[in-house]
Amino acid sequence: MLVSAALVLMMTGPGLALFYGGLVRRKNVLSTMMHSFILMAVVTVVWAVVGYSLAFGGSGPFLGDLHFAFLNNVGSAPNPDYAATIPQQTFMIYQLMFAIITPALISGAFAERMKFSAMLLFTVLWLLLVYFPMAHMVWGKGGLLNAFSGGKVPTFDFAGGTVVHITSGVSALVCALYLGKRVGYPTVAMKPHSLVLSFIGACLLWVGWFGFNAGSALAASSLATSAFVATHFGAAAAALGWMAAEWMHNGKPSALGAISGCVAGLVAITPASGFVQPFPALLIGACAGVACYFMVVAVKAKFGYDDSLDAFGVHGAGGTLGAILTGIFATSLVNDGLKDAKGRVLPLGLVDGQGGQVLNQAIGCAVAWGLAIVGTLIILKICDMLIGVRVAKEEEMEGLDLSQHGEEGYIFEG
Amino acid sequence: MKKIEAIIQPFKLEEVKEALKAIGIDGMTITEVRGHGRQKGHKETYRGQEYNVDLLPKVKVELVVTDGRFEEVTGAIANAARTGKIGDGKIFVYEVAEAIRIRNDDRGEAAL
Repeated sequence: MLVSAALVLMMTGPGLALFYGGLVRRKNVLSTMMHSFILMAVVTVVWAVVGYSLAFGGSGPFLGDLHFAFLNNVGSAPNPDYAATIPQQTFMIYQLMFAIITPALISGAFAERMKFSAMLLFTVLWLLLVYFPMAHMVWGKGGLLNAFSGGKVPTFDFAGGTVVHITSGVSALVCALYLGKRVGYPTVAMKPHSLVLSFIGACLLWVGWFGFNAGSALAASSLATSAFVATHFGAAAAALGWMAAEWMHNGKPSALGAISGCVAGLVAITPASGFVQPFPALLIGACAGVACYFMVVAVKAKFGYDDSLDAFGVHGAGGTLGAILTGIFATSLVNDGLKDAKGRVLPLGLVDGQGGQVLNQAIGCAVAWGLAIVGTLIILKICDMLIGVRVAKEEEMEGLDLSQHGEEGYIFEG
Repeated sequence: MKKIEAIIQPFKLEEVKEALKAIGIDGMTITEVRGHGRQKGHKETYRGQEYNVDLLPKVKVELVVTDGRFEEVTGAIANAARTGKIGDGKIFVYEVAEAIRIRNDDRGEAAL
């Protein structure tokens, strides 16, 4: 579990930092990497003070309580509500890594134009208003959407399709719309300044994702293996899916396309990873690769929003698709955790004959979408009123590295 | 004295250097530049966003030679840099008023 926790942290830094850092222009590389890095620190503090408790304390339907505030009562004794075989502190630190990467994913939408100070405030409020409630609803004891804890609308989200990817992806879209387009978009060329960095970042994400998904079994079990396999298969199929779509649609299979596809597949397989067999995992990946390609290429262009690094196109769209497909392909052959009062294993998804699960998944998605849209809008308004969310035009032209941080990513003299 | 400014394809730089060395030219300055003449650029696509890149990478070679040698030198550069296709580049020749060697204040052709 500790290794998995470390792997998930590696997804944010250096994984996501490199992936996003390479996609921006040279003048914004540090500010973009800093988004991911500083969240590793900020979220940790918030998590220690109230975050863990609001997500996993108590048993309310929408939000935890303050039972574990300041990590009181979180020690080496396991918390049988969540993981009976590992210390609660292990569970706590593992879940923290998810809370770190989620707001870091949003930064892809406001990269190259948001004030650093506003970004910090935004993140803290966003965790409180969106992430902790969502995490509690889906994973917390008694949570509204928690299938394994008597939730009213039982949804399956193994490793964070709704909690992590839909919330971050949809919030990203709201941010992109609220902040408006970058100066010059889309007429001025805004090419990724180093796809080499992005490449390394995407490969680190692929590896780190094993911690994210397989680790979500919360034990070194056959379920962890199954999630590991599904994760890998999903990523592989999605890389090929995006590449094939781009090759046919645009004439060339780009490297950026292949790595974007892999990330889209990892996103889509996340909710499904602990519920589906290997071949459905391939299918989910392939669908995500093709669907996210058209989201990013066609839908974004049609609506004209400037989601700088496609946080919505990949995480919002991929997460939603994955959550729905989980309702179709989830099977008790993989995950026998859902039992009735007599201890009999219950069927899970459409392939098990539980067609209604697809509807439950859709409701889960709708809740995540709604919370993300409303929460993010409110928070952006607050940040805008208090400090302003967007840098001045001159600062944006100069680049955020210089205007926000007073330094440059690359210095070629001396 | 004449200054020769040759804008060539980057991948031809080594051949041009060899050709100049072969006729005894041992000084030059190289700059990586971008530009275009009649050559059309190419298309790049990043996640569906298309960019036409018309300013292409070139290398600028600058050197100053005595009046008597510039035909020979420009000829050597042109031969070495030529592929016969659009985009091979151009050579410009200028008059030079003075040359000074900073180390010892040599003047004129002695400074070359």
